[in-house]
Amino acid sequence: MLLIPCPYCGERPELEFRYAGEAHVARPADPMKTTDEEWAEYLYFRSNPKGIHIERWRHISGCARFFNCVRDTVSDKILKTYKAGEPRVDLKQFEKGAN
Amino acid sequence: MSLHLRTTQSGRINRSKPLTFTFDGKSYKGFHGDTLASALLANGVHLMGRSFKYHRPRGVVTAGSDEPNALVSVGVGARHTPNLRATQVELYDGLVAKSQNAWPSLSFDIGSINNVLSPLFVAGFYYKTFMWPNIAWKKLYEPIIRRAAGLGTAPTSPDPDHYSTRYAHCDVLVIGAGAAGLSAALAAAESGARVILCDEQAELGGSLLSDLHATIDGKSASEWVAHAVQTLSAKSGMVTLLPRTQAFGYFAQNFVGLVERVTDHLASPDKKLPRDRLWQVRAKEVVIATGAHECPLVFPDNDRPGIMLADAARIFANRYGVRPGGRAVVATAHDSAYQATLDLKAAGVSIERIVDLRHEANGALPNAARAAGIRVDVATAITGSTGSLRVKSARVSKINTDGEEDIPCDLILMCGGWTPSVHLFSQSRGKLKFDAERNVFIPDISVQAERSAGACKGSETLSDAFADGFSAGSDAATKVGFKASLHSVTVSGVHEAKGGFLGAVPHPHDAGRVKAFVDFQNDVTAKDIKLATREGMRSIEHVKRYTTTGMATDQGKLSNMNALAIASQALDKSIPELGLTTFRQPYTPISFGAMANHSRGDLFDPVRRTPTHAWAEKYGAAFEDVGLWKRAWYFPKAGEDMHKSVLRECKTVRETAGIFDASTLGKIEVVGLDAAEFMNLLYTNPWSKLEVGRLRYGVMLNEAGFVMDDGVVGRIAEDRFHVTTTTGGAPRVMNHMEDYLQTEFPHLKVHLTSTTEQWAVVAVQGPKARDIIKPLVKGIDLSNESMPHMSVKLGKICGVPTRLFRMSFTGELGFEVNVPADYGQAVWEAIWAEAQKHNACAYGTETMHVLRAEKGFIIVGQETDGTMTPDDVGLAWTIGKIKPDFVGKRSLTRPDLVKSDRKQLVGLLPLDPKTLLEEGVQIVGKANVPTGTPALGHVTSSYESAVLGRTFALAVVAAGRSRIGETLYVPMPGGDIAVKVTDPVFYDKEGARLNG
Repeated sequence: MLLIPCPYCGERPELEFRYAGEAHVARPADPMKTTDEEWAEYLYFRSNPKGIHIERWRHISGCARFFNCVRDTVSDKILKTYKAGEPRVDLKQFEKGAN
Repeated sequence: MSLHLRTTQSGRINRSKPLTFTFDGKSYKGFHGDTLASALLANGVHLMGRSFKYHRPRGVVTAGSDEPNALVSVGVGARHTPNLRATQVELYDGLVAKSQNAWPSLSFDIGSINNVLSPLFVAGFYYKTFMWPNIAWKKLYEPIIRRAAGLGTAPTSPDPDHYSTRYAHCDVLVIGAGAAGLSAALAAAESGARVILCDEQAELGGSLLSDLHATIDGKSASEWVAHAVQTLSAKSGMVTLLPRTQAFGYFAQNFVGLVERVTDHLASPDKKLPRDRLWQVRAKEVVIATGAHECPLVFPDNDRPGIMLADAARIFANRYGVRPGGRAVVATAHDSAYQATLDLKAAGVSIERIVDLRHEANGALPNAARAAGIRVDVATAITGSTGSLRVKSARVSKINTDGEEDIPCDLILMCGGWTPSVHLFSQSRGKLKFDAERNVFIPDISVQAERSAGACKGSETLSDAFADGFSAGSDAATKVGFKASLHSVTVSGVHEAKGGFLGAVPHPHDAGRVKAFVDFQNDVTAKDIKLATREGMRSIEHVKRYTTTGMATDQGKLSNMNALAIASQALDKSIPELGLTTFRQPYTPISFGAMANHSRGDLFDPVRRTPTHAWAEKYGAAFEDVGLWKRAWYFPKAGEDMHKSVLRECKTVRETAGIFDASTLGKIEVVGLDAAEFMNLLYTNPWSKLEVGRLRYGVMLNEAGFVMDDGVVGRIAEDRFHVTTTTGGAPRVMNHMEDYLQTEFPHLKVHLTSTTEQWAVVAVQGPKARDIIKPLVKGIDLSNESMPHMSVKLGKICGVPTRLFRMSFTGELGFEVNVPADYGQAVWEAIWAEAQKHNACAYGTETMHVLRAEKGFIIVGQETDGTMTPDDVGLAWTIGKIKPDFVGKRSLTRPDLVKSDRKQLVGLLPLDPKTLLEEGVQIVGKANVPTGTPALGHVTSSYESAVLGRTFALAVVAAGRSRIGETLYVPMPGGDIAVKVTDPVFYDKEGARLNG
């Protein structure tokens, strides 16, 4: 069971959380102005990387907040969590060799 | 017990406490401190089981948790537990054990015909044999395979024991309490760290418990263990000692699962005690000190009872005081077997010969054996054995010669060297490296906060084990932040032991005709592994699955390295090139009881009951499960079945009235300055102009444009909405709303509160509904003018505050009385008293379903399946046309969602008014279509209607609205059922009754 550091509550067991898909997939400001392709892209297409993934979790059995989480999908290690609404983290810091 | 098989004094058994037990119905005696295996050996019983595939007679091979052969069933009735390792079953008075996989008896087993037929059962047998004909699989093959599969039989009655679970946190978890583990725990504990020390055995001490020669700081091994355990026990509160506790799985972030066997060793355990206790430990640092496994030798007929690992025999003699045989032949490639031989000789076993595969054996131990007068033949292999239920002789042969010698014996000891137990390290995702010189995999790169110590790290001597342990313990404590000093001990009396041999032992026989077992438990031979490589298996993972080597309950603890070596030789690839199969949890089998723990029976899932539950029980309701809720399904009167009860309830509601508990509906209070704007974005409907005091039926879509929930929403104030959801959808809707509010629309000033359990809801439906509640209501004008259909008023009922909804899910005049849940039962009973004056009834969910279907009202999840748009189910009218945006709006214009042949909600009337369609059946356009014809749609709801006097159904049918009036067909096994397509509203289409 992973320990997940909720940016609001601190480190808590995975049981208290629920996964909520890829992060930073912003809903278009005016959906009606998007083309069918753009809208389909927003609805259905996700990056699904092997490696570092920024995703959303919800601390549903805790503070109930959604937040963002950087996780390596290969090692299942959580590298960082941050509040929803904060800018997308720069993934360079997680590349091999970086501190 | 044959006392002549007991040593005179050695061992940790309590000779003053004799115990009686039975094995296959026969009574035997043993001592307190024995395992079932040691006690059986003391009675001369070597035959303890039959093998899985060939039903070959098998005896005990090891003395520990890696035992592949001596699997027994222990206990009777519901406490009968199959597949326990006799080497781990602690003896108690009255223990009842049975052998497995043998019929009619262990010594005469009909299934051993498989041994004769073995040329048929080659590797991949199942894949090759049961391919065709297709029909034979279900009728013939599967039943036979099922009967033959498995070892022991599972008990059939409920488990009478209980199990407990606990979470634990510690600074340092030490797994394994041998020399390395005990020293690690001592070092960590001394620094002030909180330590948990667990070991799978009944006694802490590991190999020290069977070591009669080592001197540690002037103490004997057993004295040193006693002292160490005493030192650790004295730190109660800081150190938790867990014997009989298996660390079975190493998970992420130093989360380690342990199972403590609490009562299995007791003759009459305290009923309050759990049988097993599951420990879920989160450790800051872990020391793995799990030791090593002795490897068997793969030679022809290496599986007869009486053939065991050399060190196992040593443990039986030194620790349990048992002579496992009278005359022994020892086959080895490692010095450690010489120590075992010397100890057995000292215990009174006559040693006939030591044969060593190596060309030289000149270490201290081989020389000591020679000095003791034992004949040692080097460059000599064991090439076979004779005997049936017990070994009678060993065949030995100088390597690369044809001449074999038969040495009579009743015990063969074998030792191919030692394999570090890297299972837990590997489960922690640590990387292994291959030590080519010693042919072992050892821990290399750690991924988690752990370190290995002792034999599991590849250390070969006892002094190294102590040094590793002290260093690992102090390192772990230091990493947590404690100041630890480094201890050491002086070890003497132990000799260096080196060597090892992997793969199949060379022999002069036709390799295709002998059985040299690699995996004893799954009956996999060297021949099978070679065959797998010939048939194209290149990866060790494929070889494993094709031959099933390493896939038995022992997970290949003894067999993996030999299998790898044989495959490596056959494929001419090095062992590291072939790789290693994955080590999976659990390390040893653990019981379902420990895993399920408290989550059984009533505690499996929480049960939610409404405030009227007790009343409904008293009035004889049948209940149905809706999610976690228990809902009253129908209220049968004497002599009524469900069908009659529902017809009566439906008729009563339409003619007079009925009352129904709708408390399970999800309720969410949406409050804030921007509440209406938030509702505009989350529902299809327009909310800005909904007046305070009015209700509206709301439809919620997901972003893909599909209906995900619905419910009636009341505007209680400008900034306050009382939202209801479906019973099952409440958490999902709340999550969906929170998601958008927190992440997409955080600028909106709204907060959401789940109020599902705060409100009890009594639906009063039918022409007499107003008359029933009128005497109880205060402060609300119930007239049509003041309170029309789809309105809400605040007031009091029975003196209790209420949000009174005028609404209907039945098509009749109706009210839903919302009161604080604590008053639910009292208000229900007061309404019931009034209802009885009008001959109204209580009705359940089934009647509710029928009545709403007569009106064509959908149930989300029944008429919808996650792919239905509002228009598909006739709810396009709910969409606010001028709203610029709402969740799902954009998707509704996607090309696939506006196709004219989408499935649409319609009504169906079977041409025969008595025929009731099955829900879920497919609908086609023509009679007698061939199998495989694409369906036009399916039936979503189907009932018999009291008011229509016939059966009817709702369905979704491609372009259904354009087919109204057509006849379609439902193909069934008994022939087609012809149905007429109709409008989905069957009753009071104009809605006159709603406004009554």
